[in-house]
Amino acid sequence: MIEPIINCSRAELTKGAKKAAAVVLSTRIRLARNMVGVPFPDRANSSQRRDVLANCSKQLSALPQMKNGFFLEIKSLSELEKQVLVERHLISRELCEGEIGSGVLINRDQTCSVMINEEDHLRIQFLKSGFNLKSIWKQIDSFDSTLEESLDYAYSEEFGYLTACPTNLGTGLRASVMMHLPGLVIADQMDRVIRAVSQLGITVRGLFGEGSDATGHVFQISNQQTLGETEDEILERLGNVLKTTIDHEVNARYKYLEENRPHFLDKIGRAYGVLRNAHVLSSNEAMNLLSLIRLAIDFGMLPKENRPVIDRMFIECQPGHVQYAAKIGIRPEERDLNRADKLREQFQQLPPLNFDTVGGLD
Amino acid sequence: MAENLKCSICNKDATVHLTQIVNNKIHKVDLCETCAQNKGITNTDGFSLADMLANAPLHPVESDDKRVCSVCGFQTADFRQTGRLGCAHCYSIFGDLLRPVLQDMHAGTKHLGKVPTFALVRQSNANRIHDLRRSLARAIAEEAYEQAAKFRDEIQALEVEEAGTASKT
Repeated sequence: MIEPIINCSRAELTKGAKKAAAVVLSTRIRLARNMVGVPFPDRANSSQRRDVLANCSKQLSALPQMKNGFFLEIKSLSELEKQVLVERHLISRELCEGEIGSGVLINRDQTCSVMINEEDHLRIQFLKSGFNLKSIWKQIDSFDSTLEESLDYAYSEEFGYLTACPTNLGTGLRASVMMHLPGLVIADQMDRVIRAVSQLGITVRGLFGEGSDATGHVFQISNQQTLGETEDEILERLGNVLKTTIDHEVNARYKYLEENRPHFLDKIGRAYGVLRNAHVLSSNEAMNLLSLIRLAIDFGMLPKENRPVIDRMFIECQPGHVQYAAKIGIRPEERDLNRADKLREQFQQLPPLNFDTVGGLD
Repeated sequence: MAENLKCSICNKDATVHLTQIVNNKIHKVDLCETCAQNKGITNTDGFSLADMLANAPLHPVESDDKRVCSVCGFQTADFRQTGRLGCAHCYSIFGDLLRPVLQDMHAGTKHLGKVPTFALVRQSNANRIHDLRRSLARAIAEEAYEQAAKFRDEIQALEVEEAGTASKT
């Protein structure tokens, strides 16, 4: 079912991005919307859920942005297919639990996905690689406005867009930015960052795994509050926190390089050696090594064109993707072999590390 | 000896005591180990008390508040238990219970963002047509035919407008 999505040559996160950025991997914004007069998905009966799915998917597929897109019903997907879509951030775990009437529409280049009958009737999501809050807001805002011409959204003057959980009330907007923060993790500053931003109504969580030393040093930073501010204000506040975080991260990287140059270069060199030659790699180990290679690219030790390759590996080395690529059922131990094979093959194609050019971050 | 604090969720002896500052307000919660684990609190990084407050009110109280939403059947007890609502109409039924929670959860309690223009126009048209129909019926009952004709024309005009937006979709 999902083969065309995985192999699509224009997929933003795995194939499309020409120049991924340092520090920020990707930006996404989602809007929660509900239909007027129908109970929220959790309280709706089967026929109401089916009606919402039929009506919304009809209106959505008519939009120009969804041309040549994909429509998938959750009940027709295998567990593995669901896991792959979750790993690509195209659907949520909560949607996977949904039975009757749960589905998703995904556009051709996979920058837009709309989940139907998740926690809310609609969860519209736009995502792009790099730091892109403003341009994504513009896109999703206009998409939402067009959709609203044909769908009656539940809305009140006081509470804004009405959602199943009051944590999403008002704008229904959640913006999340995936950040690669090895400098702050190594400098042991992540806990401080998490504490500081949480006072500003912003949350930080590890993308792969939890806590302040998330696997692969990838963190998801998002706004927690959705009511009492305009969309622009929410995005501006989040943007400011992100800019400060980027500054701290870059400083931490320079400081680490300055104080521990030989050890730092040694770490990178070893990571490169392992990825190029290992035959057994767990997903955790692979993520942590890939994180070091991404850092090496930022420091100019490998050409920038390779950054999208690393970002693609981050996604394709996750368990569901490795299992899916194997075509037949394999045990977790065998996955570690397949993962190492894939990385070896990929890394044989990379140029050698250049230790002389270590310098300006980009 | 001071009485042991009880878990806010299940009332067993609490061993986990959490304080978090959200929007310059201090929130305290006491939990037993099992509930703390279930809520994922043992790992405090990235955990937000606000999330939890939304899902489990601090002091679940038995009350004689027995309001029921006429659209989805959601009850006061359901709201207190889940912290969620059943449908859009619930917001007008349980608004007074919700407002204090929102104050702690968000930057403000009043929506300042985007407005769904089309839906609102459609809604106000629908309300207007409903009112006009009632006026029309009254005018006919009172044999005020000149007025009735005026109402009828207005209704027709609105319905044409309605059909216009519908055919666009």
